[in-house]
Amino acid sequence: MKTLLAGSAIALATMTSGAFAADVSACLITKTDTNPFFVKMKEGAEAKAAELGIELKSFAGKVDGDHETQVAAIETCIADGAKGILITASDTSSITTSVAQARDAGLLVIALDTPLDPIDAADATFATDNFLAGELIGKWAAAKLGADAANAKIAMLDLAVSQPTVGVLRDQGFLQGFGIELGDPNKWGDETDPRIVGNDVTQGNEEGGRKAMENLLASDPEINVVYTINEPAAAGAYEALKSIGRENDVLIVSVDGGCPGVQNIADGVIGATAQQYPLLMASKGIEAIAAWAADGTKPANTEGKDFFDTGVALITDQPADGVESKSVAEGMDLCWG
Amino acid sequence: MSSDNYEAAITDKGSDAVASFNDERKGALARFQHQLHTTPALVPLIVLVASIVVFGLLLGSKFFSPFALTLILQQVQIVGIVAAAQSLVILTAGIDLSVGAIMVLSSVVMGTFTFRYGMPVGVSIFAGISVGALCGYINGYLIAKMKLPPFIVTLGMWQIVLATNFLYSANETIRAQDIAADAPLLQLFATKLKIGGAVFTFGVIFMVVLVAILAYVLRHTAWGRHVYAVGDDPEAAELSGVNVKNTLISVYVIAGVICAFAGWALIGRIGSVSPTSGQLANIESITAVVIGGISLFGGRGSILGTLFGALIVGVFTLGLRLMGADAQWTYLLIGALIIAAVAVDQWIRKVAA
Repeated sequence: MKTLLAGSAIALATMTSGAFAADVSACLITKTDTNPFFVKMKEGAEAKAAELGIELKSFAGKVDGDHETQVAAIETCIADGAKGILITASDTSSITTSVAQARDAGLLVIALDTPLDPIDAADATFATDNFLAGELIGKWAAAKLGADAANAKIAMLDLAVSQPTVGVLRDQGFLQGFGIELGDPNKWGDETDPRIVGNDVTQGNEEGGRKAMENLLASDPEINVVYTINEPAAAGAYEALKSIGRENDVLIVSVDGGCPGVQNIADGVIGATAQQYPLLMASKGIEAIAAWAADGTKPANTEGKDFFDTGVALITDQPADGVESKSVAEGMDLCWG
Repeated sequence: MSSDNYEAAITDKGSDAVASFNDERKGALARFQHQLHTTPALVPLIVLVASIVVFGLLLGSKFFSPFALTLILQQVQIVGIVAAAQSLVILTAGIDLSVGAIMVLSSVVMGTFTFRYGMPVGVSIFAGISVGALCGYINGYLIAKMKLPPFIVTLGMWQIVLATNFLYSANETIRAQDIAADAPLLQLFATKLKIGGAVFTFGVIFMVVLVAILAYVLRHTAWGRHVYAVGDDPEAAELSGVNVKNTLISVYVIAGVICAFAGWALIGRIGSVSPTSGQLANIESITAVVIGGISLFGGRGSILGTLFGALIVGVFTLGLRLMGADAQWTYLLIGALIIAAVAVDQWIRKVAA
């Protein structure tokens, strides 16, 4: 009887350990689970994890900026024995302490979309080149205006007063692409070029976009170029312009490449957008964790950059000379959200 | 006793006058304080006029123009409508943290019923308003019948409604162009009336009319006086024959319906149906109510003050932006205003002490 029990216990133990030995688990931690960008990121990670037989646990902050929940999520992943973490950090500098803990515990930590501060606090960063994304729409806007670019009146609709890295990079990229001299490249709002009417913040949504556009139009009703941090903000800005009957003579540019945004290019709401690829970021991230679990390989950066560039493409129906772009139809095939 | 005329006992000796405040003190300050006490909307009105004058002097016609001044109305319309709902609740010494969430869920229901299920727009709007009323009823039932604290009930309801909103909408935005093409009635509140340089939207007019109606109802109907009585002292109200529970439930249901209308107005304002908008509306509405001079302890204040409170925030926001100030200054000054408003409220109360 005793041997039978012991025997079945051993059998059970080998069975379970056999079943779990092949299992690699990974964590995905996003800023929120409500923003379509992160919803798509999660879908991309889940699909790839299912394909590679990786167990994926997803965590998200309650609102953008919810740092505490992200710290708790990292601690949970360490305790859970995960092999790696994919994180889109809300607080890019404070999270580094927790990330260091995870790396000390042998986990591979990859920052998705938003670089940590400093960037090498994570093992790798898989992201859109946000500066390049801004630069593409800046170049397109300047080319579109031609000689009039010298007298442009530009509204800058940014993300938040805390100036998160992603918002700063896009803003500064746009200005450089447009041909405006930057002040400190690590912050927006310190440029002295008279063509900039002003900066305002949108929280990246329609409501904020509309209000910010109204505020800037009140300072200067002649605005003819509008940079927006993302497409919801652009849609809000368009409503403000429409209410004063100026929707057809103002150039709006944006970043993201979500499906409603690309559709808005077809409808002439937005002139051009820089499309990013959240599904790709997430699926590449899962592949990297699988490789790390298998033989300890760390992902390599893109040549000449301090992160792995998941690509960005300019989407527009009005191509401009000297700026490479994809059509709306191509953008629709690759869009998310 | 040859007569049963008991009334004579009081008419001979007493007075028929109803209770009123008699201020025996002298001096301009005391009279001013008394005036403020009897007219609670006066303080926010003074602040509002003063801030318009100051920004008008600093910025000139850029700010002090029909266009800019009516723009402020447009910018505060959503918060103004939600704050009207919040005022009713706060007058009962309650608080509603779920107003913004109810607003967004109602607008999402209006959009999805139209575009996902293909319902006629009128039916969708009715469904959205019903959802608002239902959320309000649940709040009111839990608070009045189950005797749970309003803060806790609406804190929970806020999260439940917001989560429902995200799950139900699948975080998908319905684009402004699709709404304009297929269901323009959803954007009704964006309809504009231009008078010279001034631009009024239906949303703005709705806000002003709503506040006017509520101000009348609160002051001149039995229900309105019951709301004040319940907020001031529910036990005394109960003893004087007020149905406290039903009054409370009706207040939360009406607040929910007003929030649903705010959701409809929100579609007009931003064009699209966006599940992520309006998330700070609960805090912004409480801010407007407090700056507007309604006491958080219930039973005191006027809904006109709330409208002025919302407008003060709007004037500061636009004025400071036009001056090119960092957006953080707005938050700082609004914060100072909130504390000042409570301090003034306490000072005015001394008149009654």
